[in-house]
Amino acid sequence: MPALLKRLGQVLGWMPAGFFGGIEVPDRKLTAHEPIRECPVPDVLILPMKQHIGEQCHPCVHIGDHVLKGQKIAATEGYMAAPVHAPVAGKVVKIEEHRIAHPSGLGLPCIFIEPDGSDGEHRYEPWADWETRDPAELRERVRECGIVGLGGAVFPTFIKLVRDQHHPINTLILNGIECEPYLTTDHRLMLEHADEIVRGLSILRYMVGARECVIAIEDNKQDAVEVMRQAVVRASLTGVRVLAMPTRYPQGSEKQLIESITGKQVPAGKLPVHIGVLCQNVATARAVYHAIEHGRALTERVVTVSGEAMPRPGNLRIPFGAPVRFVLAQCGLEDLDGVHVLHGGPMMGERLRSVDVPVVKATNGLLALHEEQIHGLNAEEQPCIHCGHCGEVCPIRLVPNLLADHCRNDAFERAEAYQLFDCIECGCCSYVCPSSIPLVHYFRYGKGQLAQIRRAETFAEESRRRSEARERRLAREREAKQARRRARKASTPAQAEDGEG
Amino acid sequence: MPIVSSPHLHGGDSIRLTMMSVILALLPASLMAIYLFGWLAVFIITTSMATCMLAEWLCLRCMGRSTKAVWDGSAALTGLLLALTLPPTLPWWMVVLGSIFAIVLGKQVYGGLGFNLFNPALSARVILLISFPLQMTTWIVPMGDARAVVDLYDIAVAWSLFWSGPEAIGHTLDAITMASPLGHVKTEWTVGVGVTDALVHYNYSYLDAFLGFEAGSLGETSAMALLVGGIYLLARHTITWHIPFAYLATVALLAAVFNAIDAERFAPPMFHLLAGGLMLCAFFMATDPVSSPVTPLGRLFFGMGCGILTWCIRTFGGYPEGAMFAVLLMNCAVPLIDHYCRPRVYGHSVDRDAGS
Repeated sequence: MPALLKRLGQVLGWMPAGFFGGIEVPDRKLTAHEPIRECPVPDVLILPMKQHIGEQCHPCVHIGDHVLKGQKIAATEGYMAAPVHAPVAGKVVKIEEHRIAHPSGLGLPCIFIEPDGSDGEHRYEPWADWETRDPAELRERVRECGIVGLGGAVFPTFIKLVRDQHHPINTLILNGIECEPYLTTDHRLMLEHADEIVRGLSILRYMVGARECVIAIEDNKQDAVEVMRQAVVRASLTGVRVLAMPTRYPQGSEKQLIESITGKQVPAGKLPVHIGVLCQNVATARAVYHAIEHGRALTERVVTVSGEAMPRPGNLRIPFGAPVRFVLAQCGLEDLDGVHVLHGGPMMGERLRSVDVPVVKATNGLLALHEEQIHGLNAEEQPCIHCGHCGEVCPIRLVPNLLADHCRNDAFERAEAYQLFDCIECGCCSYVCPSSIPLVHYFRYGKGQLAQIRRAETFAEESRRRSEARERRLAREREAKQARRRARKASTPAQAEDGEG
Repeated sequence: MPIVSSPHLHGGDSIRLTMMSVILALLPASLMAIYLFGWLAVFIITTSMATCMLAEWLCLRCMGRSTKAVWDGSAALTGLLLALTLPPTLPWWMVVLGSIFAIVLGKQVYGGLGFNLFNPALSARVILLISFPLQMTTWIVPMGDARAVVDLYDIAVAWSLFWSGPEAIGHTLDAITMASPLGHVKTEWTVGVGVTDALVHYNYSYLDAFLGFEAGSLGETSAMALLVGGIYLLARHTITWHIPFAYLATVALLAAVFNAIDAERFAPPMFHLLAGGLMLCAFFMATDPVSSPVTPLGRLFFGMGCGILTWCIRTFGGYPEGAMFAVLLMNCAVPLIDHYCRPRVYGHSVDRDAGS
């Protein structure tokens, strides 16, 4: 019944989009018409050992080594990981911990590379004939090239590129939504590299055997919709639709986009593949194209450097490891007084406490905003008046105000029962809150505390098991000892007294 | 450096804007009150709003909190809502007392804005009703009615009435007041007169009831003015349709069914919808965010509960009007409703772990 009503709502145009909740945000795409420009190579590149979701990599080069552009410099045996490659040719000058863009403010081991200006490049074998190759082989190449989801989630891409008999992928969705305000990287990529993206789409489609493909773009980017449509026609692909979706935040979120397009929800704790859907960002598709057809590892990305406090905003192609301070200087921002720099978009990005952090695979935007634009610095948290607006916009359909109460009161078990871990931290609830309550902040706090509790529980459980095992072992040993003693006593009663020590 | 967490943008809504929009939505009803009850309405509304804000300021001061919250509009709104539920002839000190009840007992003792279980204005009204049953159920004949004997547009007359009571202008309370339609129907029934006859005796007309030309509390008489305000709130998205719709629909449905069974015993649905404080309660009291559920399903249940209780109290209860009792009773159930009416979370199946 609700599905029917929803469908009716969509048909009659009552419902703005095919996913629940969401908000209209000012789009502020200042750089929509700025062509992608090259960022110069800085004096030193700082490459963190973990730029993805999953396990941390370990350096496979040494201090003093000369590395080529595209050479693998860090990897791990772990499954959920993406190796790191040198973005330029140069010398490894040091390997040590350095601050990265992370809310904790903690650092990670990083490889420091000093470019030597040479253009030595390592490339894998270009496979123009990928259609004749085994998808598993292509998948290994995607893994080897360190490709991760470039929309911002940085999930290792190869993991999603499986052909599973039990879960065949019917729909391949290419995500060109880019719903965060300011950000225009995917927009520019689609305008300037439409053919490469479509090639990437074909490769991905071949790898997973998807029947139907959808390129989803929000209707505030009509030019990109047009360009992508033409590119699809040029490539003479069949079964590929370019959809202009009604603009609504957070449509670019994977789960919401899938709901928007297919009307299906990804079951809790499952992946999109379980409902036959694969979702990839347009930039990721292009990276896959480069990895397969040109043998190029992922060593750079397009970053929107924007914001009202940025003198020369633009879309820059930046090698990973470039310090944010250097990048900002390229756009004319050197005096950071009264300016706040965000890593990512204004809805989900993080305010950098230091600009001496490197650009990484997750960096889709660097925004310089004035102090008065940062709501958290200007607003005072007020009591919740239970207006329920947060629940009306929550795309996950949580009840954010009750959830925040539980987190604030340290009632974490209850918060978990209210599905705290389903929160995608899109920030819609905080955006609409009339009391300026930083709801997402409470949710992060709750998640962090719960994770800690879980760890402590696991630790206690393991200690208990260990101690019980020890008790059992000691008891066994005691018993064995007594048994031996009894046996010896029985055979030579005279010697038994001084036999054991 | 303060902790600053995403999102960094904000939609610009604030408590103050929310409260101000509700006050604005009550403007038609307030203007109607002034039209019907002249200066009395002005006196009661200003006294009530001012006392509420003063009481709020004192409470915040005593608790050592920032007194800035006085200006967030919530106390002013409580004052306005309370005033609109009061009979026009209420003496000033009862208005003051009611306002103090609303802020101190209805709101601040719970911890201030956002923490009260009950709607402050309604709790104050109920305290007044129980404490002063006579004054709280006597309704002056509105201006424009042929039976009106007091010129409420005369500021001196109205002030005497407000400050010193009807004796000061040479009347007894009985002489200048009349029954409200709800009260009339109820009393007539106790002496064996059916609804149809009672309404004929009362000279009842749906149009007058809709426009508000009848005896009643200051802001409750005009269904039209309240509807205009309610629609503004719905359009501005300050409230959602769930509570008013469920509330009014339940009352109408119950009334229709029982009226069809026995038209003499049970009043018709339109009569119920236009009578008493129902419209005010449905759009402004039951939708008070603090004391109503947050989930859509919860709001539907809450509205239905209010509707059932309102109709039952009106029909079978000792009081002619039941809307405020109904809302207050349902206020108690809000935490429970909220807990059990959570929406189905994305990707979860219908049966969720409702426990814990």
